[in-house]
Amino acid sequence: MIFDWNVVWYAVPLLAHGVVMTLQVSVVAGVLALAIGLLAGLASLSSFRPLRWLMRGYVDFIRGTPLLIQIFLVFFALPVVGVRLPEYWAGVAALALNSGAYISEIVRGSVGSVEKGQSEAALSIGMTRTGVLWWVLLPQAWRPMVPPLTNDLITLTKNSSLLSAISVYELTRAGQAIIATHFAPFEIYLLLALYYYLLISVLSWASRRLERSLPQW
Amino acid sequence: MVSPPMLPPILAAQGIRKAFAGRSVLNGIDLEVRQGEAVTIIGASGSGKTTLLRCLNWLERPDAGDIRIAGATMGRSGSLVAGERELARQRRLFGFVFQRFNLFPHLTALQNVALGPRRVLGQPRAQAEARAEQELRRVQLGDHMHKPPSQLSGGQQQRVAIARALAMDPKVMLFDEPTSALDPELVQEVLDTMRALAAEGMTMLVVTHEMRFARHVADRVVFMADGLIAEQGAPEALFNAPTDPRLQRFLRHLEPTA
Ligand SMILES: Nc1ncnc2c1ncn2[C@@H]1O[C@H](COP(=O)(O)OP(=O)(O)OP(=O)(O)O)[C@@H](O)[C@H]1O
Ligand SMILES: [Mg+2]
Repeated sequence: MIFDWNVVWYAVPLLAHGVVMTLQVSVVAGVLALAIGLLAGLASLSSFRPLRWLMRGYVDFIRGTPLLIQIFLVFFALPVVGVRLPEYWAGVAALALNSGAYISEIVRGSVGSVEKGQSEAALSIGMTRTGVLWWVLLPQAWRPMVPPLTNDLITLTKNSSLLSAISVYELTRAGQAIIATHFAPFEIYLLLALYYYLLISVLSWASRRLERSLPQW
Repeated sequence: MVSPPMLPPILAAQGIRKAFAGRSVLNGIDLEVRQGEAVTIIGASGSGKTTLLRCLNWLERPDAGDIRIAGATMGRSGSLVAGERELARQRRLFGFVFQRFNLFPHLTALQNVALGPRRVLGQPRAQAEARAEQELRRVQLGDHMHKPPSQLSGGQQQRVAIARALAMDPKVMLFDEPTSALDPELVQEVLDTMRALAAEGMTMLVVTHEMRFARHVADRVVFMADGLIAEQGAPEALFNAPTDPRLQRFLRHLEPTA
């Protein structure tokens, strides 16, 4: 087999546009996912039972179904009930909802793993459960959250590749377009892999820096 | 040295029962404590001492019984069940000192003590920190205010914990074996702090294995066995002439104390 360097040189600048889109989708979906995950995680710690059940159901659904189906559901099924999102926003919403569910479990887990004596000490000085969560548990839960959160944001970035299925012109879709006209799947997919790998490496590096910069005790 | 009998008790627990998974741990405890009284609770391991303290401030919800403190009935609001906020307000009538300190590791000593005044009482930061500073000086920690717990010795940490409780102006201080997690050489500084507190007239309920403290600081000693108060009285009487056979056995197994 002959490796076609020409198509590679041709593709590199063309894929830049896709990279920007992948970055943009990942950042927007990532921020939304963090917000959703934090809110859902706190809701699942609430003492209000129906809210906890609702969050269980949400997480169960996301865990129990493929992301590709979730993307199609948001893109094709929501219009049936009158919500029509352009593919970009449908994709971002699906990614954020998917990742948000996993992040909510991280939030719930980290808050829950703070030693029980901490809550008791806070209750004993007259705090309400909300106060305990806000002033004692969450501040101690941030740091242990960083590594698993990084994992999930990495997964989200890689999963954004699936948005190609609803024609969001991100990195994978951009590569597929070149393959369709130049018939060089090996070269292009290899190049795509390299691009993703570099993106993820930057993310991992940033996360390690963040973790080190957070206070430790 | 029992306080004048005409003062009504500041704390009155009646018929406190508690079971865990069907196993009964407290079997109807009646206990009254008068303002300014220092009461020590002793008893064998598993006799329910910790559970009693935790039930008093409702860290553990008693299965039955009433706890009245300074005019309030724990868990009750008039004839209704107290809501979360009301219960939190009642709970701070007690100060609680834990065996393992349970300081907040992400905060300095000063912030640990100021957290309650600031976030529970809603005081402005300067006021809360001034109060915290005052309490830390009271437990001889004026020089360590800005250190996190991880940079303090066990004895210092426990004193920060005492200051943290005091900063909420509790009516009654509950201590659950405050020195048993400490290295022997650090025990005395905590006992000294508690002795000073008792001398200032703080109402205290202290679970401890420090018999010297029970003998010399307490106004009254309560002996628990099998989830009940088996015997109580002035330290001299209780230590020198115990009547309950379980107490006699308990005292025989202790090392001789001064
Ligand atoms: N949360 C709980 N769940 C189940 N069992 C419990 C719980 N808390 C206490 N117990 C049980 O209740 C009994 C009394 O415990 P408690 O801690 O009150 O005893 P104690 O007198 O403080 O003993 P020690 O001197 O060892 O501290 C023990 O048998 C203990 O195992
Ligand atoms: Mg105990």
